[in-house]
Amino acid sequence: MKFALKAVTASVVLLTSGLVFAQAAKPAAKPAAAAAPTVAAAPSETKGQTVKIAMIEGLSGAFANVGQNQLKSYQFVAERLAGAKNPAGVNFEFVAFDNKGSPQEALNQLKAAIDQGFRYVTQGNSSAVAGALSDAISKHNERNPGKEVVYLNYAAVDPALTNERCSFWHFRLDADTSMKMEALTSFVKDEAKVKSVYLINQNYAHGQQVAKYFKEGIARKRPDVKIVGEDLHPIAQVKDFSPYVAKIKAAGADAIVTGNWGTDMTLLVKALNDAGMKLPLYAYYAGVSGTPTALAQGKDMNVSQVAISHSNFTGELRQLRNDFKTKFNDDYYTFQTYLAVSMLAQGVANAKSIDPVKVAFAMEDMTFKGISGEAKMRKSDHQLQQHIYISKWTKATAKDPYSEENTGFNFAVVKALEPYVSSTPTSCQMKRPS
Amino acid sequence: MSNSIVKFKPLNIGRILVWGFFALVLLLAPLLFTSSLSHTMLSQMGIFIIICLSYNILLGQGGMLSFGHAVYSGLGAFMAIHTLNMISSGTLPLPVSLVPIVGGLAGLVFAAIFGSVTVKKAGTPFAMITLGIGELIWAMSLMFPGFFGGEGGVSGNRVTGSSPFGITFGPQIQLYYLIALYTFVCTALMFALTRTPLGRMLNAVRDNPERVEFVGYDTQRVRYIAFMIAGFFAGIGGALAALNFEIVTSENVSGPRSGVFLLFTFLGGATFFFGAIIGGILSVLAFVLFSELTKAWLLYLGLLFLFMVMYAPGGFASLIMMNLRVVSYGKFKPLIGKYCVLFVSGVVALLGLAAMVEMIYHMQLNQALGEGLTFLNIGLNVKSAASWGGAVAVMLVGSLIFEFTRRKFAVQWSTIQEFIENEIKRKESL
Amino acid sequence: MGHLRAPFFLLNIDMEFFTNSLLNGISYGLLLFMLSSGLTLIFSMMGVLNFAHASFYMLGAFFAYTITQFLGFWVALFIAPLVVGIVGAGFERYFLRKVHPFGHVPELLITFGLAFILLELVQLVWGRASLDYRIPAALDGPLFTLFGTQFPKYRAFMMFVALMMLLSIWLLLTRTRIGLVIQAALTHPETAQALGHNVPRVFMLVFGGGAALAGLAGVIGGNAFVTEPGMAATVGSIIFVVVVVGGLGSLGGALLASLLIGVVQTFAVGIDASLVGAAASLGVAVTSSTFGYELLSLKVSQVAPIMPYLFMVLILIFRPKGLLGTREG
Repeated sequence: MKFALKAVTASVVLLTSGLVFAQAAKPAAKPAAAAAPTVAAAPSETKGQTVKIAMIEGLSGAFANVGQNQLKSYQFVAERLAGAKNPAGVNFEFVAFDNKGSPQEALNQLKAAIDQGFRYVTQGNSSAVAGALSDAISKHNERNPGKEVVYLNYAAVDPALTNERCSFWHFRLDADTSMKMEALTSFVKDEAKVKSVYLINQNYAHGQQVAKYFKEGIARKRPDVKIVGEDLHPIAQVKDFSPYVAKIKAAGADAIVTGNWGTDMTLLVKALNDAGMKLPLYAYYAGVSGTPTALAQGKDMNVSQVAISHSNFTGELRQLRNDFKTKFNDDYYTFQTYLAVSMLAQGVANAKSIDPVKVAFAMEDMTFKGISGEAKMRKSDHQLQQHIYISKWTKATAKDPYSEENTGFNFAVVKALEPYVSSTPTSCQMKRPS
Repeated sequence: MSNSIVKFKPLNIGRILVWGFFALVLLLAPLLFTSSLSHTMLSQMGIFIIICLSYNILLGQGGMLSFGHAVYSGLGAFMAIHTLNMISSGTLPLPVSLVPIVGGLAGLVFAAIFGSVTVKKAGTPFAMITLGIGELIWAMSLMFPGFFGGEGGVSGNRVTGSSPFGITFGPQIQLYYLIALYTFVCTALMFALTRTPLGRMLNAVRDNPERVEFVGYDTQRVRYIAFMIAGFFAGIGGALAALNFEIVTSENVSGPRSGVFLLFTFLGGATFFFGAIIGGILSVLAFVLFSELTKAWLLYLGLLFLFMVMYAPGGFASLIMMNLRVVSYGKFKPLIGKYCVLFVSGVVALLGLAAMVEMIYHMQLNQALGEGLTFLNIGLNVKSAASWGGAVAVMLVGSLIFEFTRRKFAVQWSTIQEFIENEIKRKESL
Repeated sequence: MGHLRAPFFLLNIDMEFFTNSLLNGISYGLLLFMLSSGLTLIFSMMGVLNFAHASFYMLGAFFAYTITQFLGFWVALFIAPLVVGIVGAGFERYFLRKVHPFGHVPELLITFGLAFILLELVQLVWGRASLDYRIPAALDGPLFTLFGTQFPKYRAFMMFVALMMLLSIWLLLTRTRIGLVIQAALTHPETAQALGHNVPRVFMLVFGGGAALAGLAGVIGGNAFVTEPGMAATVGSIIFVVVVVGGLGSLGGALLASLLIGVVQTFAVGIDASLVGAAASLGVAVTSSTFGYELLSLKVSQVAPIMPYLFMVLILIFRPKGLLGTREG
């Protein structure tokens, strides 16, 4: 009996606190309504429809902040290019699925996304995951006609994905490693001061490819440039880069080329700072979350980046970057998200349908509005052909005031290379569905 | 004189029922849960059950805490995927259904190689050696792309080779039934192991190695054989994983993967055979479903693990068995009420905590989407004191009631345990 | 600059590289010692191998970052380790003590669970991105320039703090009363308790002290290297290697092992020799079609970061007590 009384009192207290809680809470804020489509240019078959895309990306664990940034980027761009602002008059909806950075978990999430009716999938961080997704999607499409899925790869740069492992359903929006090295070596060709180069990379496919393609490219264009040293270190295991810096010094290099990213890049930069090395450093991923802050800690660092984008676009993209910064207090640096939405919109408009098979056929061999003018999706291997920029870490100016990670610096264009410069041949034997 | 020996062995009805029920569940599960995600989850559960059971041979039955078990399941997976590619290229005419055996043999061979140095010691040095070997293999996996496929791993196609009876293993359901068959057979074999003299000696080595030496058995040899058997079954599980995902990467041999096996085998219950089965099922549920529910799932998992180690080191299996024992002595009724209150108050406290955690995550990750978020269909606002205050209040109230009831429960529980112990003594003296 | 050539192993040492590598190796080794001293202390006192030690390191760095925002680096240098020490002592008192009677395996497991939880809590409070935890301006910049390469002031500071730490631990254990009680409780806990010392309280202090040491290492190391939630995982395995190689329970062993690993790893990075090269100098040609080419062509510099694990496995096989260890498991 005593126990029953206590239980009753407890439930009453619980109930009241629960009611207080529920009443005091304000209702969730509603997102701003999208602008109503008004442009008549959009085909009637597609106008007003919603294209749902599953973003299967690493949203927890080590690189969660990059994945979260890219999710926000996609959602932001989707809002900016919704309805009347795109040639198909469609709306885009990006829903996130967390693959925890693991290829096997990504396959689970793919199944979940397919179960929930998604026909478009996008991903980019990790070529391992990209390879697994591309294979799984090809197999799924083959085994399940009528339920095909299209895969938009926005950042996985392993050349194999558009060569030996190419697939009709896979579209790559970033320039792959061979293209970036083609661009970089074309730039170095004209840099008379560079006579001996040191290569330091992470010892896995990406790092090995950076080293391989750079050596090939520079041998063709400037055979007088010597590779005075090459290092492949285990990925994410080295805490202290000072011995590598000592090696670079001992080898007498006058420039360093690296494909490092994440902590490997940050620690390399710190070690260079500590040793007082002012050699020009040519990097891949100098603009990704965390690295600009490390760059700013050094004094007058000479760092250049080879990428499909830079900090100082004008017009619509500048506005987009500034608005993103205001809203999220984070930098918009994954411009491939803009490319993906733009390409999809054009594909849907050309195909006059949101059916993935028709859109895929429409998207290959298609020209559309990219970030540096027109971009073209190459039919033979589904690799996007676009400008590549060599940009340098420079103090922000009145004309180009953008500040990466609030450091007061940004990546200013040193050279803009036309698409044909970085275009590389492909060995893809693409099998197309009938 | 005629020598007629009369043998009488009663039918073990309980055993037949349990195994029959197990087989039935394996058969009918995919018919109850029909979505493609469910089928892949059920397949993964089968795989994890085999691997967790093999891990329990070391942990629960042998008292050997290993931090590198993923090495054997991962190497089995790599051998399996290479075999699959060899089948695809025509160099090896082996049916796909026998590929797991190849994986198992690979696990056995590697366990024989590494085990010879690992089992020299027991206890903490053993754990450290397994950790070191695990780290070594993982670091090497990125250095030898020929075998390990580098960052992208090695992929294969299971729809290859001969297809007897028209089974290609293309559709997930066919693969599920293959996995179910292997799960049933492997579970039966590992259960049989616990009933053999080797299994018993393994338990003895866990409890009192010195005495085992006196009885005449070589503890190192017993451990070594157990290590190899565990490696064999881990290899089978790894090979089935290779067939399921059709890709194997360095993640399959990584330290975190070993940690997952350890965590869930322990959570399921290392001291009972079926504990590892529970652990295997929980691991898939946690990774695939629970992680989609909340971003803080690893925190909750860590807290669960912590409290399990402190209060129920035998895992969920031990909790079930303890309560079954109480039921069998007919003393469960008075506990039902308290269990209900504990459950409800515990859930309430958890919800309060979860609300706060969700609000913190919202502030960090989704600020742009506004200040409001919905939690269990209640609108919350990260800027309003009422939301925070409410969450704290709910959590406090729930915890207070929980703690209050728990003390009463603890008193009643110990009384019942005393009673049971006296009963057992009494029955023994009969 | 002198050149020494040993043709067989293609070693090419010149003085600049040698001295720089030696200095870098010693400073890296001393940092490893700072990290592993607490772990060794806890193990030698309590027999508990604390899996969460690297997490205390991470906590120290994060607390120091926050305190530096408000009160500056020098205050953080003293307060952050204290806070971490209190967290450690609290954990021992309320959680670890409960599983002590269950044996060593549950103790290991509970620290494993703690590592998990600390990681998630840090991510909850500070986020998942790396933090801009900077070296204070007074310590930034080169101390001296040796053969053209600068040696940073901060590295020298790190070495100084590590040596101070070693000295103070040694003094504490051998010259103070509490140190003698700790040493007694190590080998004869019941006797020490019978004599009236509060042994459980001693254990709590030791655990808290070990955690505080890790926290101090975090304060110093967090701004030299990257301060992010992943820092515990990257450092965790190395400190276990150091403790095992040095000998479970020996502080001197930990020092020796950290210096050894630090110096060898640093020098190994500079050695580009591989078995292929050695074979070539013997006149044997090894090409990419030779069996095991991948293994043979591995350069010592590529293998350098995993050398610690190789050491650990070898030590455990051939000399499980460690280099200077006194107890085995």
